[in-house]
Amino acid sequence: MRETQLLPNGRVLRYNFRERLVHWLAGLSYLYLLLTGLAFWSPWLFWIAVVLGGATIARELHPWAGVIFTIAVLWMYRLWGAQMRAAKGDKAWWNSIPHYIQNEDEEMPSADRFNPGQKLLFWGFYWCGIALLLSGVVLWFTEYVPWNLRFLRYISVIVHPVAALLTIGLFMIHVYMGTAAERGAFGSVIRGDVSPAWAKKHHRMWYEQIVKGASARK
Amino acid sequence: MSQATLEIRRISGHAGSVPGAGVKREFEVCKLIDTTTCIGCKACEVACLEWNGLSFTETTFQNSYQTMPDAAWNYWNLIKFNEHETDDHGLMLLMRKDQCMHCEEPGCLVACPADGAIVQYANGIVDFQQEHCIGCGYCVSGCPFNIPKFSPQARKVFKCTLCVDRVSQGLEPACIKSCPTGCLHFGTKDDMKDLAEQRAKQLRDVSGFKDAGVYDPQGVGGTHVMYVLHDAKNPQAYGGLPANPTIPWTVKLWKAPLKWLGNFAILGGIVGLFVHYLRYGPKIVDEGDSSSRGGGKS
Repeated sequence: MRETQLLPNGRVLRYNFRERLVHWLAGLSYLYLLLTGLAFWSPWLFWIAVVLGGATIARELHPWAGVIFTIAVLWMYRLWGAQMRAAKGDKAWWNSIPHYIQNEDEEMPSADRFNPGQKLLFWGFYWCGIALLLSGVVLWFTEYVPWNLRFLRYISVIVHPVAALLTIGLFMIHVYMGTAAERGAFGSVIRGDVSPAWAKKHHRMWYEQIVKGASARK
Repeated sequence: MSQATLEIRRISGHAGSVPGAGVKREFEVCKLIDTTTCIGCKACEVACLEWNGLSFTETTFQNSYQTMPDAAWNYWNLIKFNEHETDDHGLMLLMRKDQCMHCEEPGCLVACPADGAIVQYANGIVDFQQEHCIGCGYCVSGCPFNIPKFSPQARKVFKCTLCVDRVSQGLEPACIKSCPTGCLHFGTKDDMKDLAEQRAKQLRDVSGFKDAGVYDPQGVGGTHVMYVLHDAKNPQAYGGLPANPTIPWTVKLWKAPLKWLGNFAILGGIVGLFVHYLRYGPKIVDEGDSSSRGGGKS
C-alpha cells in the first residue's frame, strides 16, 4: 500500500488527494442526483426541483450528473476495487455487527483498510450504479426506443427507482457514520489524514501494515 | 391547452386534492370512429394540422397510402392503412384513424411526475399542458397506445388534445368537422356507445361481419375515443391496435406500492439513525492514550 503512509507530523495518511477528489466528485454529483431524483419521485417533493432552478432544468441536468457519477464510480473501482474484495475475516466481522452498532469497537475483529461494511457500501453503489446507468440511459432517450422494444422502458421505470432506493439506504448510513457517528472520519476525506489512535481503533490490520512497512523502509 | 372553462378531474404529479373537482356535473364526451365507413381521404389529418396550427411536414412513402409510419409530435392524427386477408371478405384494406384514445385511466398521467403537466378534465379529455411539461418522457412509457411524442426542438411532449379548445366552446373536434363520409361522430359517451352498438349490430346482421364490434377497452377503464371494427376480435390487424391495453404493470408497481414502501423506508431510516445517535452516540477515539491498543471508550 504505497499510497498510505505515516506522515512526518505523526499522523496517518488515509486518503491521498486523488482519492479525496474522486470521493467528492461522486458525493456531490450523487447529492444532485438524489435531490432532483426525489423531486421526480414524489409530488410532495417536487418543490426541490423548483428550488434547484426548475424541473425542466433538473430533467436536463440529472442525466449529465449521472454521467459524472458514473465516471467517479468507475474511477473509484480502479482505485479501490482490489482492496474491496471479500476477505477471510469478513464473516467474523459481520457476526460481531451488534458490537459495532453498540459502539463496542474493542470487541470487533481487526479491520483492514476497508472494513466489510465499507465494502458493502462500495459494491452496493457499484452495482446499483450500473443498474442506474443502464436504466437511466433508456429513460434519458425514451423517445428513441422503438415500440417493439418497449419492454426496455417498462423494465427501466422500475429498475431505476429500486436501485436508487437501495443507494439511498446506503447513502444515509454512510453520511451518518462519516459525519455524526465516527468522529475523525470526515477529516480523513477532507484533509486526508487520521490520528494513529483512530487508525488503530477502526482499521488495526491496515495500521499495523503501515507501521511494519515504515519500519522496514528505515 | 385551455383550462379556463373546463372542470378538472385529475392532475399529474400533484400533491393534495384537485381544486374544484366534482362541483359541477359534466357530460363525458367521446369520439366515435367507424372504421367500416372510412375511405382514407385524410381530410381529418389536414383538419387537425389546420386547426392546431401545425405545419405540414415531409411524408414517408412505405408502399402504402399511409402518410408516415407513425404519428409525430407535430402530426397527432394519422390514418393507418393495413391490407388484411380474410376468409369471408377476401382482401380488405383496413383504415383506422390513429390518435390519442383519451383513456379513462390515463397511463401518461399516472406516470407523469410534473405537477399539472397532464390534466384530465371532468368531460374525459386528457390534455398535456406544455408550460408545465418538463420533457422527461415518462408519459411515453406509461401510454399503452404509443401516442405521446417528444419534440426535440421544444423538448416537450405533444399529442392530440381532442380539440379541447373547440370542445370547451361547444364545437366538435376539427377532425369530426372535416369527415366527408360521416364515419366520425362526436357526442356524449353514452350516446356514442349506443350509436356504436347499433352500427356493430347492423354490420353483424346485415353486412355479414359476424365479429363486428365496438372497441372501448376496459383495461384502461374505457376510452373517450371508440372504434367500430369489422372484426373486434382482431384489433391488432388495424395497425397494431392493442387487444387488451393496460397501463404497464411496472408503472403501476412503481407509482403505488413501491412509492409507499420507499417513502416508509427512507423515513424509517432517518428516524432509526437519529435514535441510534441518541442511544449510543458517536464513536470517539481517545487521543490521549494513542499508544494503547484498542482505542478509547465512548
